[in-house]
Amino acid sequence: MRYLFRPPAAEAAGLLTLPWHQPLAEWDDSLLLEVPQRGISRHVVRFVASEGRVFALKEIAEPLARHEYALLSEFEQEGLPSVSVLGLCVDRPEDQEAILVTRYLEYSMSYRYLFSSARAHSPGRLLDTLVELMVRLHLAGVFWGDCSLSNTLFRLDAGTFAAYLVDAETAERHPTLSARMREYDVDLARERVGAELLDLRSGELLPAGIDPIAVAESLPGRYESLWDEVTREEVFRLDEQQYRVAERLQRLNDLGFDVGEMELVTSAEGARLRVDTRVAEPGQNRRELFRLTGLEAQERQARRLLNDLRAYRAYLEQRSGKPVPETVAGHRWLAEVYQPVIDSIPPELAGRLEPAQIFHEVLEHRWFLSERAGRDVGTTAAARAYVETVLPRTPREVTTPSVMADRH
Amino acid sequence: MAAIEMKHIVKQYGDGFPAVNDVSLDIADGEFMILVGPSGCGKSTLLRMIVGLEDITSGDMVIGGKRVNDKAPRERNLSMVFQNYALYPHLSVFENIAFPLRLAKTPDAEVDRLVREAADVLELHEHLDRKPANLSGGQRQRVAMGRAIVRQAEAFLFDEPLSNLDAKLRGQMRTEISRLQRRLGITTVYVTHDQMEAMTLGDRVCVLRKGKIQQVASPRELYEQPVNLFVAGFIGSPPMNFLPATPQNGGLSTPFGTIKLDERRAAAVTGRDLLLVGIRPEYFEDASLVDEAKLPLGSLFRARVDVTEWLGDSQFAYIPYEAPDAIRNQLRDLSRELDAEELRTQAIVSIDSTSRIREGRDAEFWLDSRKVHVFDPTTGENLTRDAEAGAALTRMAAEDRVEQMEDAKSGSGGTTSVGAA
Repeated sequence: MRYLFRPPAAEAAGLLTLPWHQPLAEWDDSLLLEVPQRGISRHVVRFVASEGRVFALKEIAEPLARHEYALLSEFEQEGLPSVSVLGLCVDRPEDQEAILVTRYLEYSMSYRYLFSSARAHSPGRLLDTLVELMVRLHLAGVFWGDCSLSNTLFRLDAGTFAAYLVDAETAERHPTLSARMREYDVDLARERVGAELLDLRSGELLPAGIDPIAVAESLPGRYESLWDEVTREEVFRLDEQQYRVAERLQRLNDLGFDVGEMELVTSAEGARLRVDTRVAEPGQNRRELFRLTGLEAQERQARRLLNDLRAYRAYLEQRSGKPVPETVAGHRWLAEVYQPVIDSIPPELAGRLEPAQIFHEVLEHRWFLSERAGRDVGTTAAARAYVETVLPRTPREVTTPSVMADRH
Repeated sequence: MAAIEMKHIVKQYGDGFPAVNDVSLDIADGEFMILVGPSGCGKSTLLRMIVGLEDITSGDMVIGGKRVNDKAPRERNLSMVFQNYALYPHLSVFENIAFPLRLAKTPDAEVDRLVREAADVLELHEHLDRKPANLSGGQRQRVAMGRAIVRQAEAFLFDEPLSNLDAKLRGQMRTEISRLQRRLGITTVYVTHDQMEAMTLGDRVCVLRKGKIQQVASPRELYEQPVNLFVAGFIGSPPMNFLPATPQNGGLSTPFGTIKLDERRAAAVTGRDLLLVGIRPEYFEDASLVDEAKLPLGSLFRARVDVTEWLGDSQFAYIPYEAPDAIRNQLRDLSRELDAEELRTQAIVSIDSTSRIREGRDAEFWLDSRKVHVFDPTTGENLTRDAEAGAALTRMAAEDRVEQMEDAKSGSGGTTSVGAA
C-alpha cells in the first residue's frame, strides 16, 4: 500500500495504524466516529478521529481519487472555499479502490440539518451562499459538474453562512470557463437542489412552507444576478468616474471579492469600466485578528471580534488616560474579555458552535438584553444569560466531531 | 430521436492547437456510435461539442436536421446518461426516476406514463414503490438510466460511464446499456478509451487520433480491415503483432520465416523495401495441433518461447524477435501513442489451451497467412487492405442493427413509444 500526502500532515500520523488493507465498509465501529451531519454519497464514507482531529475517508477509484486530491490541493492553495485534503491511500490489496482522506470541516452543517432544523434558516439565504460559492469557483475556471447541497457544507459566519465545496470528483479546471459551461453547471445544480429538497420533503424533514421546486427554480436567477454584479461592464459619465470606480470596488469587496485589475476606457460617450474580479480568500479581518490575538475565525466573525477589540482598546485608553499599543490591547482583550466568555461554556455545551461564533452571538445577545433593559448590561452578564438560555437551544447533534471524539 | 451530422467540425483552442481537426461524421437515427481513441485524441471534445458545452470553431453540427452550433445545451434536448448517479434515500424508485419531470412541472398523468414505460424497459416496474436502499448495484445504475429515458431526449450521450466501476459491474453495465439502446432504438454516442468497450457496444466505431478521424466502421471491419497501423494496433486485445518484413519472391521475409502472400497482396507490396507485417495473435497455432488440411494455408517456423500463459480456456506464448532500430523506434512511438505499456519486440501468439509448448524451449508454430496485413512503416498505411470486403462487413452490421431494432419493437409488448420525441 502507498500513502500520499503533502506535508505538514503530522496531525495525521495516528491514522497510519488504521486497517487500510480492509474494505472501508468492514472497519470496526470502535475505530469510527459517528457523524450525523452527512449528505448523500454514492461512495462508502467513514469518519475517524486522531489526536483531536477528525478526518473523512472516502473509498473511490484511484484515478478519481488522484484527480480529486490534486484539485483540492490546488483549491486550498488558492484560497478557494473547499475542504482540505490530507492525502490518499492507493495500491490496497486485492485491487481495492483508493481511499481519499480529507480533514473534516469543523463546525460545519449539512443542508439536511439546516433545511430541516427548527431554526428554519431562510432557504433563500442558503441558496445565495451556494450561488456565491459557484461564482467563486467559476471565476477561478472551475467547472463543478456535481454542484448540489450534498456536496456543500455550510458554516455559520456571524449571522450569515459561508459555503465550502466538499466533493471535487467531477470538477474540472479550465483556464477560463465559457458561458455555456457555467450555464450547464448551474442547470445541474438547479436539478440536484430540487431533487434533494424533494427528498427532504418526502422524508418529512422539510418545513411546510418550503416549496422544493420553487426554491430550485430560483437558483439560476440568483446565480445570474451575482455573476452580473461581479463581472458586468459599466458605462458612466466622465464626471462621475472617480466616485463610480470607488463605489464599484467597495461593492465587490463587500460581496467578498477582490479585483485584480480595473480597465477604464474613456470616449466621448463616457467611461467604460471593466473589472477583472478575482476570488481571493476573504481575509483582511481574519489576518488582522490572527495577528493581534492568534485567534482563527471566519471573515465576518473576525470583523465582529475586531470591533469589540477596538472598543476595548478605547476603553483602556480612556481609563488609563494614555495610548495603549494595539498589540497590548489585543493581548488584554483576549485575556480579559474573550477568554472568560469562552471559559464560561459548560463542557456539555462545548463544541456546538465555533468559539468565535459564540462570542459573536454573545455580543448580539448583549445588544438584545441592553435594548430591553434600556442600559448596557455588559459582556459578562450577557454571556451568562446566553449560556443559560440561548446556547442550550442549539441541538446536541451539531456538536462538532472533534469535540465528541475528545469526550470518548 | 434524431440523426446527428457533423460537417468539417474544427475545435481550435486559444493557443491555435486543433483539438478536433476537420471531423465529418454522420450518425444515423437509432445508431450506436462509439468515439474511441487514446487520451488527447479529441473524443471528449467532440462529444462536448455535440452536447453544446464547447463552442465550435468552424463546421456544422446538425441534430435532427437542424443546425445547433449556436444553441445552448438545454435547447438541444440531448441526455447525458449517468451525469447524476445520486439516489435520494427518501424518494421511492418511482420518484427517483420522475424528479426531472417534477421539476419541469410535467402533469402527473404524463409523469406516471413516462416513468412506467421507462421502468418496463429497465425491468424496474416491480421496484417502483421501494426505496433505493433495497436495490442492487445494477438496479441503481438502471434508475440513473431511467432519468435519462423520461426526458425523451433526441439522443443519449455517454462520456466514459464505466471507467470508474469495478470489473464485475462494468461487464453488467455494458450488457445493460447495449440492451437498453436496442430496445429504445435511440441514437447514442458513447465515448471511451477502452477498445474492448468500443468493440462490444457499437454499431460503428469512430477511431480518432490527434483530433482526426482514422476510420469509421463496424467493429469487425476495424478488426479485419484496418486502414492503418494506428487502427490495427489500437483495436484488438492482446494487440496485433507487428514484425519487420521485406518482400521476397511474392512473399515476405520475416523473423518468423517466409510468409506467403496471395496475388492481390503480393502485388500491393512489390517494389517496396522494409515493411511491417501485422499478424493477430489468433493467426498462430502450435503446429503439432493443426489439421493436415489446413497446414498448406500458412507457413511453419521454429522459435524459442520466452513465457507461456495458460488461462484455462486459452493459452498465450510470448516469442521475442529481432528488429532493426528503425522498426524498433517506430513501434516504440506507436505503443506510446496508443497508451500501451509494452515495447512490441515480442510476439504474443495464441495457441490451443491443450498445447504442451513449454517456456524456454524451441517449438514449431504455424502461421495462417491468409489474413495478415502489410503496412508501410513510414506512413502507417495498410497496403493490403481490401476496402470492398471491409465495406461488406459494415453493411452486414447495419442490416443486423435494423433487424434487431425491429425485433425489439415487435417483441416485447408495446413499449415502443418510450424515448420517442
